[in-house]
Amino acid sequence: MYPSIYIMAFEDMHIISMKDFSRDTIDHILATAEELEPIARGKRTSDLLAGKILAVLFFEPSTRTRMSFEAAMTRLGGSVLNLGSVEASSITKGETLADTIRVVNGYANAIVIRHPKEGSAKLASEFSSIPVLNAGDGAGHHPTQTLLDLYTIRRESHLDGLRIALAGDLKYGRTVHSLCYALSLYGAHITLVSPKELRMPNAIIKDLEDRGIEVKQTESIGEAIKDVDVLYVTRIQKERFPDHAEYQRVANSLQITPELLVQAQPGLKIMHPLPRTNEIDQRVDLTHHACYFEQAFYGVPVRMALLALVMGAIE
Amino acid sequence: MSSDRGSATKEIRVQPIENGTVIDHITAGQALNVLKILGIPGTSKSIVSVLIYAPSIDGTKDVVKIEGRELNVKEVDKISLISPNATINIIRDLEVLHKNHVHIPKKVEGVVRCINPNCISNSNEPITSKFTVSSDDLRIVLRCVYCERVISEDIAEHLL
Ligand SMILES: Nc1ncnc2c1ncn2[C@@H]1O[C@H](COP(=O)(O)OP(=O)(O)OP(=O)(O)O)[C@@H](O)[C@H]1O
Ligand SMILES: [Mg+2]
Ligand SMILES: [Zn+2]
Repeated sequence: MYPSIYIMAFEDMHIISMKDFSRDTIDHILATAEELEPIARGKRTSDLLAGKILAVLFFEPSTRTRMSFEAAMTRLGGSVLNLGSVEASSITKGETLADTIRVVNGYANAIVIRHPKEGSAKLASEFSSIPVLNAGDGAGHHPTQTLLDLYTIRRESHLDGLRIALAGDLKYGRTVHSLCYALSLYGAHITLVSPKELRMPNAIIKDLEDRGIEVKQTESIGEAIKDVDVLYVTRIQKERFPDHAEYQRVANSLQITPELLVQAQPGLKIMHPLPRTNEIDQRVDLTHHACYFEQAFYGVPVRMALLALVMGAIE
Repeated sequence: MSSDRGSATKEIRVQPIENGTVIDHITAGQALNVLKILGIPGTSKSIVSVLIYAPSIDGTKDVVKIEGRELNVKEVDKISLISPNATINIIRDLEVLHKNHVHIPKKVEGVVRCINPNCISNSNEPITSKFTVSSDDLRIVLRCVYCERVISEDIAEHLL
């Protein structure tokens, strides 16, 4: 599924799915992000994308991802054009996505799109002569999330031979699936922690095993936490459970607390795509294990790298 | 229509066609779907005969014979998806002029509708559906180019 060896030319490339990336390509993006990180932190200024415009088309709300893209573009000296609210735009008048994309092509140098339908970013790329970056298409792909997760692991831990536990909703969480596939390129040891009803689909586990990845499954977070480098926690949605009591039971059994962390390796890093509800006790924020806010920040250098690469400002 | 399983004389009962097409070695049970692909019955007046569950060397097969008609590429592509072993025999002056095995295309466009209701290809966009096609043994697996949803069963029900 993943092509390997070559690094593709980035200029004018669309960023639609992690499946389009080889390990070398991912490494190149992450290395570029690392170079740009001081600019993301505001320690250096940059005019790498001066005079360039990023069109931000969010057809459904996602403040975090949108702001992170806007910060990335602005930090590189470029400007941002926003679609504004969908209600006020011509989309409610029945304009197709294809038409919107063709119109916006005349206004910008790249497009970032979030849309509720699966495959929408792919469709957008077919009608666009400027690069399209997928910021989430329904239950489909969200490659910049996966890349920022990988970047966080690279910066805060290590990608090669990583021992990672993923906890929470592993059934519906496409972000987690995408991350697992990407980690399989780095020979990860994966432990899956979830209640029975939210287990990772067998087809995905089999796929990972076919790639030579060792996958363990458990329902006990205490068990899993002992010998991993990274714990990746995801949100458990109430709607997945028949009743509130059952949701509470599962949520409590997976909650990360300072007491639980006594058993962890000293270097353990805890990640979460945010927003969290109560999967992670707020007291954990004060420990050196917490790295979810740093993770949210890392979205900026990663998106800077992608923007600079697809707009041809760096190679 | 004739269904005479086990009879060695089955094909004799069907009137030969002079010019037209015989679709042979259709996966048993799929003949009616083949007719649907060909738009039969429709406005065309071609004479059609159908054999269902006819005995054949490898078990049973269906056969469809159409007088005065040749198939286009899209029709053959669709047939290949529901019946990967079919042969298309062009009949001229009562004889088989050409025999072609259908071949499974690597990609099909505008042939199948995506089963994911939330797929962008099912909305009002100026695109046709697109699928990549793969096959393991006799199973055909279609994967939507847009949303990546897989169709591997009852493909006939999703033909456009
Ligand atoms: N004139 C015709 N009218 C109706 N059916 C015909 C005619 N000529 C051939 N057929 C049918 O077309 C199919 C292909 O004919 P062909 O003579 O090639 O048979 P075959 O040697 O058994 O072929 P195969 O090896 O593909 O099974 C057979 O099902 C045959 O009955
Ligand atoms: Mg024969
Ligand atoms: Zn689809």
